[in-house]
Order: sequence, then C-alpha cells, then structure tokens
Amino acid sequence: MEAVSTPVKDRAESSIRSHRKSKSIIEHVMYIIFVVCAFCAVIAVGAITIYMVISGVPALKTVGIAEILFGTEWLPTAENPQYGILFIVLTSIVGTSLAILIGVPIALLAAVFLSEIASPKVAAVVKPAVELLAGIPSVVYGLLGILILKPLIYKLELFIFQDDPTHQMTGGANLISAVLVLAIMILPTVVNVSETSLRAVPQDYRSSSLALGASKIQTIFKVTIPAAKSGIATAIVLGVGRAIGEAMAIVMVAGNSVNLPAPFNSVRFLTTAIVSEMSYSEGTHRQVLFTIGLVLFVFIIIINIILNTVLKKGGEQRD
Amino acid sequence: MTNQTASSLTKKKTRVSDYVLLALIYFSAFLAVAILVGIIIYVAYKGIPSINWTFLSSIPSYINKTFGILGNLINTLYIVVITLLIATPVGIGAAIYLTEYAKPGKVVRVIEFTTETLAGIPSIIYGLFGMVFFGVSLKLGFSILCGSLTLTLMVLPTIVRTTQEALKAVPESYRQGAMGIGATKWYMIRTIILPCALPGIVTAVILSIGRIVGESAALIFTAGSGYLLPTGIFEHIFKTGGTLTVQMYLSMSNGKTEQCFGIAFLLVAFVFLINCLTKFLTSKMKK
Repeated sequence: MEAVSTPVKDRAESSIRSHRKSKSIIEHVMYIIFVVCAFCAVIAVGAITIYMVISGVPALKTVGIAEILFGTEWLPTAENPQYGILFIVLTSIVGTSLAILIGVPIALLAAVFLSEIASPKVAAVVKPAVELLAGIPSVVYGLLGILILKPLIYKLELFIFQDDPTHQMTGGANLISAVLVLAIMILPTVVNVSETSLRAVPQDYRSSSLALGASKIQTIFKVTIPAAKSGIATAIVLGVGRAIGEAMAIVMVAGNSVNLPAPFNSVRFLTTAIVSEMSYSEGTHRQVLFTIGLVLFVFIIIINIILNTVLKKGGEQRD
Repeated sequence: MTNQTASSLTKKKTRVSDYVLLALIYFSAFLAVAILVGIIIYVAYKGIPSINWTFLSSIPSYINKTFGILGNLINTLYIVVITLLIATPVGIGAAIYLTEYAKPGKVVRVIEFTTETLAGIPSIIYGLFGMVFFGVSLKLGFSILCGSLTLTLMVLPTIVRTTQEALKAVPESYRQGAMGIGATKWYMIRTIILPCALPGIVTAVILSIGRIVGESAALIFTAGSGYLLPTGIFEHIFKTGGTLTVQMYLSMSNGKTEQCFGIAFLLVAFVFLINCLTKFLTSKMKK
C-alpha cells in the first residue's frame, strides 16, 4: 500500500513481516494439527465409554438389573434363558485377588533383588529377562498353561478328590490353573514398577538406617519398602488391571463353565465369557455379553481413577 | 571385659529372619528368570521341529492336509503397517503438543488422564468397541482395516508416552538456542527436536510393533480369522485376516498343538528380537 513511498528501511521491515506472516500460517496450522492429535486420546476414551454404555445398557433394561447382576443362573441358550452373571463377576474378583496374593510377593521380592541386592552385572541379566516375560503374547501363556499347568493341576486334583464322589473333575481346567497363569502374567508389570520406585528411594535413607546398626535386610523391609510404598501400590493396582482384563491366556485353562469360584471348580471370568460366547451369541444373549463388557469396563475405570487420584497424590506429597 | 565388648562389637549378630528373607528374595528372582528360561526352552524345543518350508510358505489346505501360516504372516504385516501408519503420526503429534506447546493445566491433565486410561483398557474391551464402532457403525465388518483402526487406539498411549520421554530428554538449551537465533517453533521442532528424539520415536514404533504382533483378543472380533492370501494389495485391507496370534488361538481351540508351538516359537523369537532392538536403541539414546 504505502510501500512505494516508504523509505528502504521500512520496506525491509515489511518484507520481514510478510515473510513472517506466511511462516505464521504454517505455525498456526501445525499447532492445530498437534492439538487435534492430542485430543485423539480424549475422543477415543469418550467414544469407547459411550459405545460400551450404549451396547451394555439395553440388556439391563430387557432382562432387569437385579436379575443380571445378582442372578446366579447362566443359561443363555436354554429355552427359558437365564442371564445371571454374579458368579462370573465373583470369579473375576476372586481370581484377580488370588493372582495378586500369589504374584505380588514374588514380584516385590524380585524387585528388591534387582534394586537392592543384585550386582549391576546380575541385574543386567535378570531385568531384561523380566521385561521379556512382559512381551510374550498372552496366547503363548495360554498354550503353556494348557500343556504344562493343566496336567499338573489335574494330578493334584485327582490326589485331593480321589475319595470324593461329589466333586466334578475338571481335568485341571479350573480356577487354580487360571490364577497361576495370571500370577505369572502380572509379574513383569509389578516387578518393573516396584523396582523403579525402590530405586527412587534416596540413598541417605539406606545409609542412615545402616549407620544406626540395622542389618541390610532390616533396612530393606523397614526403611526402603515403606519409603517406596506409593510406587509399590501403583504397581499392585496396575497388576490388578492387567489380571482382570486378561482374556486369551486363561480362556483355555479356566474350564469355562459358570460356577462359584472355588479353587477346583471350572469357572468363567468376565473376559473369558465374552471371548468364548461372542462368536455364536445373538439377540439378548449378545446384549448381555456387552453388559459383561460394561461391567469389566467399569472395573477398569475405577482402577484408573484410583491410580490417577489417590496414588498420584500420595506420590506427589512425598516428593 | 574389654575383650568381650570388642568381640561383641565386631562380631556380626546373625538373625535367622534375615537369612530366611534373603533366601526368599533370591528364590523370587530365580523363579522369575526360571519361568522365562523354561518358557523359551520349552517353546523352542516343541516349536522348532514343526517349522519347515511348507509351514512358512503355504496356507492351510484341507485337500493336501497341510498347514501353513503364510496368509497369517501377510495379515500380520498388513495390520502392523496400517496401524503404525495411522498411530505414529497421531501419537507423535500428541506428544509434541504435550511437551512443546501445552502449558500445565486442566487440558493437559485431561489429555494425560485419558491417555493413561487408554493404556489401562484391556484388549478385550478394544475388541468389543472395535466390533461395534468400526465394524458395525462404520460398516467395516470383519476386516484388516477394522482391526488396524482398533489397534491404533490401543498402541496410541505407548507411542505418546515413549515419544514424550524422548522429547523431554532433548536439552532445554537446544530449544533456547534455536529460538534465540530466530527459529519459529515448528521450524525448531522439525529441524532440531525431532531429529534429536528420533531414537526414542523409533523405540516407540518398535514397542508398538511388539504389542500389535502379540495381540489377539482385540483382533478376533475385528479383523476376524481369515487365512487366505491377498488377491490385491488394496482389496486385502477390506477382507478378513487373522494374525499369527489369532491363528494360534484357533489352532489351540482345535487341539492342534504342534501348529501352535510353531507359531509360538516364531512369536517368542520375534519378541526377543524386539526387546534386543529397544535395549540397543535406549542405550544409544543415553549416550
């Protein structure tokens, strides 16, 4: 506009400015692209929540909330179908708790070994091994569960129940087998997260404790572990999340009939119910399977909220 | 008297509980390693014999009564490539926004919370969601594209988090230096930050490949279980295609254990390779 009459200095300035303008458009576009990318996760979680609710709620309406959640009869293909999932929910809760009870002590001690006891060289061998365990696909665990664990548990079952005619033999496909597979599967998660939090405990704590005359083991169990407790709690909650959501590894070893979760009963988890029945289900049956998915989803959301509010805050306070 | 105190000071007090706990610690660590070694040896011992040329280069044939995984291998490749083509740019973009642009506040908290939630959602839920959203609502049915889109959501948190770590590791002085000599933000990110963070981004991609190859529950309801060879490069995207893991699950349900072990061996070997690669890259990044 005024460029013609303006002195050289001004012209140079305006050219810089106009150059800037074209740059700033690219800048702006890139910024918007990044924002959109960042919101993908938000949109995805929103969409998943909406779809899980939309597909899970209809069955609650048609069959009845109480009948589904507190019913104990699961006969979806019978003439007079029953859709009670109480035992399935209980199995998931009991199975996950047992897997945590078995897996967490072992994982915690292994984490202690890695961070407190092992020499760097030994740790350099053990740690990748644990990480490799995390990467092995769940179907492989399932396969090994069927071929190694199931026969062993069956022998145990035969031994325990040989004089008990009322017990229905499961051939080793029962709650115990599934729990053992789950316990192994949560090991890497719990070991890695606990080890990180143990390593984050300041060295001063250990030195002070040792200087006061505590032995190394006393220091570990009375000082280091309590100091790392929020990290260890996080590890356990992550383990719960992994165990409750695992499907393919336990679908073949859990036995797959709906029963009260007793150790030697053939049982069905929330996840295995979906995997094993989805392919042939239809109508209300399919809707109820989605309700099972919704129940599982609610569990996972609760776990996530615990992780993000209670545990995160605990961790921040300590820092 | 003096002798006695001296000896009690120098003599170590032995506690039985210490030894018991120490033994338990060693035992636990040993157990974790033993399980892994056991799995690897067992799978290799049972799996290697069933791997031969027919196994690798054909598809299941009922006429010849042979079994092969070529179709599944190609499907796996398809799903890995398509998933990463979508998930990598989006994940890197999200990570750039979170580390380079966003100011700490509510928005960032929401994004980080949802990313963590995505990471915590079990694959079976992804399977259900993918089936109703991509499969039914978007009418993709059982197809490789449907499976890939589902897996995109699943690996997104892995890519975002790993890339974020890599971006955070780029020294602040690089940014100040670039800004100081007049670079714009995107120019700085493109020419300085991203190249520096490249090993981290590659790690993210490799970790995602590992997850995709090992996934089964999310794929069985979305990509289905087809094992046929592709008839056209792009047509195949809309066809059903089971990956190695899905095929392994099906063989397992049919009691064909030698097929399972063949696939299992390939999967474990692949996971091993992936772990070695990421270890190598992370150590390179630290230097």
